[in-house]
Amino acid sequence: MIRKIADNITSPLGFTTADNYKAVCEGKSCLKIYEGKWKLPEPFVASLFQDNQIGDIFASEIHTDNIYTRFEKMVLLSATKAIQDSGIDASSERTIFILSTTKGNVSLLERNVRGVDDDRVLLGVMANVISRHFNNTNIPIVVSNACISGVCAQIVANRCLESGKYDNAVVIGADEQSPFIVSGFQSFRALSPEECRPFSKNRNGLNLGEAAATIIYQHCDNFIDGWQAVKGAIRNDANHISGPSRTGEGSYRALKYVMTDEVASDDIACVNVHGTATAYNDEMESIAISRAGLSDTPINGYKGYYGHTMGAAGVLESILSMRALDDGLILATRGFDEIGVTHPVNISNKIRHTDKKTFIKLLSGFGGCNAAMLFSKR
Amino acid sequence: MNMKKAVHKITITTTEVVVDGKPLDVTCLGSNIFTELYRKYVNDYPKYFKMDILCKLGFIATELLLQTEGKVRFEPCEDRAVVFFNRSSSLHADKSFESNICNRESFYPSPAMFVYTLPNIVTGEIAIRNKYYGETNFIVIEKRDEDVLENIIDGVFTDNMTTSVVTGWLEAESEEEFNAEIYIIEK
Repeated sequence: MIRKIADNITSPLGFTTADNYKAVCEGKSCLKIYEGKWKLPEPFVASLFQDNQIGDIFASEIHTDNIYTRFEKMVLLSATKAIQDSGIDASSERTIFILSTTKGNVSLLERNVRGVDDDRVLLGVMANVISRHFNNTNIPIVVSNACISGVCAQIVANRCLESGKYDNAVVIGADEQSPFIVSGFQSFRALSPEECRPFSKNRNGLNLGEAAATIIYQHCDNFIDGWQAVKGAIRNDANHISGPSRTGEGSYRALKYVMTDEVASDDIACVNVHGTATAYNDEMESIAISRAGLSDTPINGYKGYYGHTMGAAGVLESILSMRALDDGLILATRGFDEIGVTHPVNISNKIRHTDKKTFIKLLSGFGGCNAAMLFSKR
Repeated sequence: MNMKKAVHKITITTTEVVVDGKPLDVTCLGSNIFTELYRKYVNDYPKYFKMDILCKLGFIATELLLQTEGKVRFEPCEDRAVVFFNRSSSLHADKSFESNICNRESFYPSPAMFVYTLPNIVTGEIAIRNKYYGETNFIVIEKRDEDVLENIIDGVFTDNMTTSVVTGWLEAESEEEFNAEIYIIEK
């Protein structure tokens, strides 16, 4: 069995899971409008760390003579806290590092960092810098599967642990925002000029966000209590590289796969959706959820708190859902107002109570990829 | 790579193309090889011309591999995964997108160019072409390592739906530096 033994969320809302959970329960968000940032021609709404916030906190928390990029500092802040809490030996050959990111150090293409080799723009080289920081000599794995990377990395981690080759997996999802990513999403006309409104009638696009989130999984022979990543699936729409399927094909198939015989839809507390607040994504998810027989199951989404944190999203949103269910809560979908999808879904617009201890994390991304993961607590 | 389970193999380098041990005649050099192969062996999929070099390389390698496999094509299926590995991710597309946006005065990023700054797009292109609804994933590591590849590929088969995978090393750092070593591996 594989169980979660520690986690951390490093985001503009806080530098621990506890701080993030508290902020989200209070309905807070760091989404705000940025005009003229990075000299971009159009304003955009995003959830970003404050200027120098990462550097300052890194300098006070992490003692090192090595030089790291801003992105690497985010990753290290998140991973260090989780590793400390877990008590694992991060340097052990029985520990593997698995990173989830879409663009990593891509900002090095625009601006060099003194003391940092240009080849750290390569995801594998960057990952090596991270694992070496913890004196781990295994080759770190980077999952770069667009916006579903965070769940894919957890699936890969679980498989690595099940193979018996490793005892612990440190899964870190992270992306920082940059002119590169913002202009790319602007080119798709996918960004909302205001705070995003997932699943709402008047939704008009997504907000971007930056964060790093870490889950540490451990292989154990006797699973007594705690959170377990029961089953994950990755499925493709086989439809379009930049638009979701009209039948929700990949998401539907991923959902069906993880809804195992042992789990009835009645047992599922909620589906934590991708909910980017683009017209197509949310509509597609409503179709997939309804086809999977989950129309009555509460659904919620966190993009209204964090924006779309890309490589971090699957890890961050899984952690937050687990934390909330620890307290018997289904978190609210910030930004939602009036339902605006064609298929029936039971969206949570305020915090709800539940006794159930099972949920599904759902994601979809460019390349037609979709992922679902079933989590359960004993 | 665990050759016992590999049923077909293709390698494409800047100078040669070899399918199941048999070299194909190619006259072009560099990434022109891709289009030479496309015209000779595919030629009915104009979307090919929109792809970046990573996608072109992965697409053409997979086409040749599937033709060699000789099974019925284009039937919807969920039992075949597509999982690639490389070192440079989508760096070639990243650099061209960056050169497009670095001058904010002439700032007109194109969505077609941006989408290829994700390495996994090639797996989506292959899934679309072949109606593969199964697992698609992209893994980046610092350098090629057979143990890592084998471990990840073994893991792909823990999905009960998956009975075969198109997988291997797919690197396209530039028009002159690329190599693909792709396999069909069965459970």
